[in-house]
Amino acid sequence: MNTIEKQYQLEPNRKLSQIATLLILAILFVWSMSTVQFEAFTANGFTIAKNILLGLIQPDLNLLFNFSSNGILYLLVETMAIAFLGTIVGAILAVPLAFLSASNIVPKPVSFIVRLLLIFIRTIPAIVYGLMFVRVTGLGAFAGVLTMSLTSIGMLSKLYVDVIEDLDTSILESMESIGCTVFEKIRFGILPQLSALFLSIVIYRFDMNLRDAAVLGLVGAGGIGAPLIFAMNSYRWSEVGSILIGLILLILIVEYVSNKIRAKLVRG
Amino acid sequence: MLAKLLPTKKIILPNGKTVNEKRSVTPLIILLVLVFAYLSVRITGFDLELLIKRIGQFFVILKDMVPPTWAYFPKIWIPLLDTIKMSLLGSLLGAICALPLAMLAASNITKLKWLSALMKFILSLLRTLPTLIVALIATFIFGLGTVAGIVAIFLFTIAYVGKLLYEQIENVNMDAYEAMHSMGLTTIQSFRYAIMPQILPNYLSTALFCFEGNVRYAAILGYVGAGGIGLLLNESLGWRNYANVGMILLLLVITVFIIETISEHYRKKLM
Repeated sequence: MNTIEKQYQLEPNRKLSQIATLLILAILFVWSMSTVQFEAFTANGFTIAKNILLGLIQPDLNLLFNFSSNGILYLLVETMAIAFLGTIVGAILAVPLAFLSASNIVPKPVSFIVRLLLIFIRTIPAIVYGLMFVRVTGLGAFAGVLTMSLTSIGMLSKLYVDVIEDLDTSILESMESIGCTVFEKIRFGILPQLSALFLSIVIYRFDMNLRDAAVLGLVGAGGIGAPLIFAMNSYRWSEVGSILIGLILLILIVEYVSNKIRAKLVRG
Repeated sequence: MLAKLLPTKKIILPNGKTVNEKRSVTPLIILLVLVFAYLSVRITGFDLELLIKRIGQFFVILKDMVPPTWAYFPKIWIPLLDTIKMSLLGSLLGAICALPLAMLAASNITKLKWLSALMKFILSLLRTLPTLIVALIATFIFGLGTVAGIVAIFLFTIAYVGKLLYEQIENVNMDAYEAMHSMGLTTIQSFRYAIMPQILPNYLSTALFCFEGNVRYAAILGYVGAGGIGLLLNESLGWRNYANVGMILLLLVITVFIIETISEHYRKKLM
């Protein structure tokens, strides 16, 4: 037996676990296939698909470059404003919650309870909050802002906590030894460690909120979603095309800019 | 860029040397954020007075949810399973299809520059549209029902897993791949034996993470008629039957929690 064959025999035998994994996947696949029904699919679908593509190729340019309050530009600005304000409010409210759920700052039971609360806040879909806030403030962009704030809190505090738990406490100890006050410790010891990462998280969330804000219009909470669904329901495909083009462009640009800023922030 | 515009602060040291300290851009950024926030307040009609006056209404709705209608359970567990099946099928198919697409998009595997650029563009285009809007369009094409939801989840999974995967492929160690290529293996064979072992744990972990997120998304897809539990959620909210909504949300939280725990366990094992 030569060295190569010996080395081969040292290879762990994973056949059994691989076959088991594939089998489980196959069973899950077959099980989930049971939910697929193609009855609702008619030839009509092809015509609509063709119409949507045509609408994307020949968008309603009048609507796209209209600066009045019905134009797509205004709707996109409104969507951005909802996402922006929601992110800011959420980002501020998430800070105390994050500190309360960081296990190296508060006692374990407190952090556990706050964490549980955050899981609840995160799991309820944005649309449900949207519908609830529409009942509170009436239809419009304000309900969208409140929804975005609440949904942002859930994810932002979870990501904040990871940063807070990684805090380098040796800096604080050395600052204490040279006689810094509590305020100085927070200002020069903690803030510089947190600010860049927090900012990067908030920008990332803004990116996500922009997509969610576009969806919220479906429940009447402002933004570009409502005109989109109206246009689709009345089969005005060129209008649908121009709304989709505007939305895609906005999201692509915002994503590009936010990636650039975040890369710079993290590298310092 | 901003730092160059601001004049530096000169500090003269005791030995006569001067040091230029960079000005902080933080005040400028804070100012910009405040201006944008003010504009956003004007555009969205943010009204703190209204909020304080009416916020009680929000808690009234929450309170209505609290004893959830337990009797509603037999009616919702089938749509709930539908939701899980939808996200499972969409994620599974999407994750499988993402692999060849990621191969085509990775610039170190695909030597044709235009092809990898085109694939990258398609993947980012797919990622821009929110899942709910894709589902809405899919309901028009495939009719109301779970198929539209599966299509939406499928497309999102391809875009998400595909992007993370091609970034991974572009960062692997290429030595073994090049050695195999030089011995005469085809691109696909050397990919299978040199690159797959490097990316496989991360690929599976990304796919699992995507599945986790997809269960949450699938829960609301029914809102636009794309099947699953969202249909009942929409109905109960429409009838203002908040006790039923509470039951659905409770079940959803439990399901998501269980799936997240299982998937987190396996993702930790993979790492």
